[in-house]
Amino acid sequence: MAITTVPETIRKPGRPTSPYRTRPQRTSLGRKVRDNLTGHTFLIGAVLCFVVFSWYPMIRGVVMSFQRTRRGETTWVGWDNYVRIVADPSFWTAWQNTIYFTLLALVFGYALPFFVAILLNEFRHAKGYLRILVYLPVMLPPASALFLFKFYAYDPSEAGLFNAILKALHLPTSQWMQSPEMTMPAMVIASTWMNMGGAVLIYLAALQNVPGELYEAAELDGAGIWRRIVNVTIPQTRLILALLAMLQIVATMQLFIEPLILANGAGAEDSATSVAYLIYQHGFFQNDLNGAAALGVIMLVVLAGFSAVYVRLTAKQD
Amino acid sequence: MAQDSGTRTLISHAQLSRGRGRVIYWTLLAVVVAGFTLVFLGPLYWMVTGALKSGQEIAQTPPTLFPQDPQWQNYADAWNNLDLAKLLFNTFYYAAGAVLFQLVFDTAAAYALSKLRPIFGNVILGAMLATLMIPAMVLIVPQYVTVIDLPILHINLLDSPFAIWLPLVANAFNIFLLKRFFDSIPEDLIAAALMDGATPLRTLWSIILPMSRPILGVVSIFAVTAVWKDFLWPKLVMPSPETRTVSVGIYAFAGGTPMNVVIAASVIAAIPTVIIFLVFQRNIMSGLTTGSLKG
Repeated sequence: MAITTVPETIRKPGRPTSPYRTRPQRTSLGRKVRDNLTGHTFLIGAVLCFVVFSWYPMIRGVVMSFQRTRRGETTWVGWDNYVRIVADPSFWTAWQNTIYFTLLALVFGYALPFFVAILLNEFRHAKGYLRILVYLPVMLPPASALFLFKFYAYDPSEAGLFNAILKALHLPTSQWMQSPEMTMPAMVIASTWMNMGGAVLIYLAALQNVPGELYEAAELDGAGIWRRIVNVTIPQTRLILALLAMLQIVATMQLFIEPLILANGAGAEDSATSVAYLIYQHGFFQNDLNGAAALGVIMLVVLAGFSAVYVRLTAKQD
Repeated sequence: MAQDSGTRTLISHAQLSRGRGRVIYWTLLAVVVAGFTLVFLGPLYWMVTGALKSGQEIAQTPPTLFPQDPQWQNYADAWNNLDLAKLLFNTFYYAAGAVLFQLVFDTAAAYALSKLRPIFGNVILGAMLATLMIPAMVLIVPQYVTVIDLPILHINLLDSPFAIWLPLVANAFNIFLLKRFFDSIPEDLIAAALMDGATPLRTLWSIILPMSRPILGVVSIFAVTAVWKDFLWPKLVMPSPETRTVSVGIYAFAGGTPMNVVIAASVIAAIPTVIIFLVFQRNIMSGLTTGSLKG
């Protein structure tokens, strides 16, 4: 996913309200009702879509997770689905794998784009070209990009691209997706390559807002490049760094298409099974939509927990 | 060498344009340009040429840089065997509809929230923005259940393009982007239009929309790429081979099709979005960076 979501509140204080609503000469009740009606008419299409495809499914997911449907008959089963889901040994494997992936992806997919952005920001030449290059993989259909990795890069024989490079450098070759230890790192490499462009662009925009005088001052105080990054760049881009950390966690916790395509689902010794893949498995292969809904709710709760911790931490910083 | 007028960054221009700094700068630039080209363009080259290699050549060690005997047949096979024309047409069709629906409904909603400001507008906006924090995987099952039996109407949307178009309208990020843009259009203009007796719809059509072309372009591009890149949702709601999108189609064929042909199909599937990106990259870059993060 290109990271483009920016849920920052946008109300500007003191902005004049709409002329339709506050024109001094016509604030009659009739006018107000009519203007409100117009406003809501314009909203109706989008709101209906939100109701049907977002807000209602949200509630329905929670309700479904406490129900069981058999032969068209739906009964309330309390925590049964949850018990069944948690008892499944792949539940814990999937969580372990997903968290491992998320942590690895934080190191690569999160820190790396930041340093790439800092580097690109220093260049006065070829900037446009480099930006296009980094963003290019984001535009590939994920299935295309992943088949490329699956068939060419991670070919376990010595004809594979990565193994050929390793061999040319006289390093040991790897079985890649066929080795349980390498499954996750290999998926993180593919995923980072595919997705980092969005984060780089957002960081680049943020870096443009860092006041140059701060670097000037730090330099006069004798701060080297590394100190300037730590004491100027990072604090100045703190908000965006924190926001993207959150979005990165939410995005990587949904790891799905990488295991599906690179590892044919579960991967060697279940090393690729992810929570999202398990949702897909339960819902659409084992015909256990209720179990899948319960898994979805568990995932939501875990992510909400993350968000709560995140809000706490960032609130304290300010 | 460099313009000395630009803003000061981590390292001062002076330091980069003199003596040792200058040498380091140019060396680093050369290394990065070469490295990035290899890392980001290299795999694409490998993909395009790999699809031209024969089965034996693919398995050869060390791998060859150029196809010895280009097998154009692989591309032809991909095109014919996977019925890529049909798959591409489907994907274009879904993308075009997604643009249309999002432009109409999301623009209208953003206009209402930004300029008409009906009561509860902020509550509705808040509820929309809250969905940004809900991962798609969490909703996949209840959304699917909703689509196969739409509440009240009891319509099954499987294999209907509406199953792709309508959920995409519920896109808080687009509404947010559009609203931010509309917010920056002066109220005076709208007050003036109102004085002249323009209805809200007329104001939207004749004043707001013409001024908003850049952001409408960005939203359209996002809509196209969202359809092109999505995988699981179209896989679920377009189960018939005739209604599949190109990504899903390639995946469905990957099992029983020679690897080269799958890669050739992947290349063909990637071409439209890459072209769209190269043509509109300025708009995409500015859309990603402006109007969003002025933290």
